[in-house]
Amino acid sequence: MNTTATPARRNVQLPLQVRALSYQVQGRQLLSPLNLSIDSTGISIMLGPNGAGKSLLLRLLHGLLKPDSGSILWNQQSIGELSVRMQQSMVFQKPVLLRRSVAANIDYVLKLRNKASTQRRDELLHSAGLADKSAQPARSLSGGEQQRLAIARALATSPAVLFLDEPTASLDPEATSHIEHQVHQAARAGIKVIMVTHDLSQARRLAHDVIFMSYGTIAEHSSAGLFFSNPASVAGKTWLSSYLQPSQTNSPSHD
Amino acid sequence: MTDFSQAFGVAFQLLIRGDDALYEIIFLSLRVSLTATLIACVIGLPLGAALATLSFRGKWLLTVVTNTLMGMPPVVLGLILYMALSNAGPFGWLQLLYTPGAMILAQTLLIIPIVTALTRQIIDDNWLDYREQLHSLCVPRFAAIQTLLWDTRASLLTVAMAGFARAISEVGAVIVVGGNINHLTRVMTTAIALETSKGELALALALGMVLLLISLMINASVLSAKGHTSR
Ligand SMILES: Nc1ncnc2c1ncn2[C@@H]1O[C@H](COP(=O)(O)OP(=O)(O)OP(=O)(O)O)[C@@H](O)[C@H]1O
Ligand SMILES: [Mg+2]
Repeated sequence: MNTTATPARRNVQLPLQVRALSYQVQGRQLLSPLNLSIDSTGISIMLGPNGAGKSLLLRLLHGLLKPDSGSILWNQQSIGELSVRMQQSMVFQKPVLLRRSVAANIDYVLKLRNKASTQRRDELLHSAGLADKSAQPARSLSGGEQQRLAIARALATSPAVLFLDEPTASLDPEATSHIEHQVHQAARAGIKVIMVTHDLSQARRLAHDVIFMSYGTIAEHSSAGLFFSNPASVAGKTWLSSYLQPSQTNSPSHD
Repeated sequence: MTDFSQAFGVAFQLLIRGDDALYEIIFLSLRVSLTATLIACVIGLPLGAALATLSFRGKWLLTVVTNTLMGMPPVVLGLILYMALSNAGPFGWLQLLYTPGAMILAQTLLIIPIVTALTRQIIDDNWLDYREQLHSLCVPRFAAIQTLLWDTRASLLTVAMAGFARAISEVGAVIVVGGNINHLTRVMTTAIALETSKGELALALALGMVLLLISLMINASVLSAKGHTSR
């Protein structure tokens, strides 16, 4: 969608631009050539069925995988540059916490960026609601607490871009709303959030724009209002209607 | 059967009496094997971690060779070292043969493959998990290795114990390069071998019990220390 943004605004906002990106493994085309441009602020939500390529695309955008063709530019700079990747953080579908205390997980990242500070660490733990658990081994936290810690740790690098891969899958409604609150806060602080979810109501609550993926490509990229009221792609329409039919089992229970 | 009950009695007496000769042997055993374990860990832990996390030419071959060397017969290693350290050998000028230094060297070389191979496996398993996360955080490779070594410290402690167990229990290498010289290079295992050959079976068995008792105490203290390190 954002191809309509004025060039002047783009130079200030420095968006993401993806051109003709493709990725394959052992001759299997997992992502077919796709284009994408996103604003450098706000929350972009990535939707689509299992196996559509959402996690793959996040990894490519973050520079964890090398594309077979095409280019990924952040700020007009290639994702290959370390300085670009240093400004990004990612919370994985299955976060990997270090086998250390909760506090040490944050300290590790702060020290890595030469920003060691107990005050900053305590702030981050506080906003994650983990202040009273700072001495506990990180891997003994509950699933929801681990996700919150993973997000707090990702924010510890003070990123410009935050990737979240299904951060609320398998969490209860309260834990989910806590994480949504963290995401809102981050976005308000000017951090660009790109997040994958299967939770339609969550997508409605958070999305500024929706990237809808299907069969290894982007079926559509629309503003949230447009996507939820009148999706442009057939795939998007079908997917949405499957959620809206009450008989469907994959409809979120707390919707 | 009588040998066994006799051995218990002798072992008990030896320890209670505070036999100087016995304590000398125990202390030399511990000094040699603990030093060898320490050196082998300083070399083997980073080497194993590097084998797991770096990619370079010949990595596969190095891994196979390391794993194979775990099964090196101590007496063969002792023999090779003997030839290298004897006056006619390339390292004869070191004058190490028949000294505790030679025994430390022998045991170090014996257990480096064990420490390296086991470390490689442990780090490799964890690297699958950690790799993307550390890559995402832009952790430099060297710091990533340090991180993995620290996070797997509980398992690596067991690796060190396996190395120590192999060192303190082997006889083939230390007897060849140390020579089992009384008051100089006699350790528990070479003393046991000597008493056995003299037919002093009860005394030999008693020494064996003392050796196991020492291992038990070391393992117990390491295990209880491990309980205190959070996972
Ligand atoms: N390394 C790989 N080798 C082979 N196939 C892969 C590899 N990585 C991903 N795939 C395949 O690519 C497709 C997209 O995977 P991806 O993880 O991006 O899906 P997703 O959209 O995140 O799905 P989900 O909603 O289940 O998380 C899947 O069919 C997956 O099996
Ligand atoms: Mg996924």
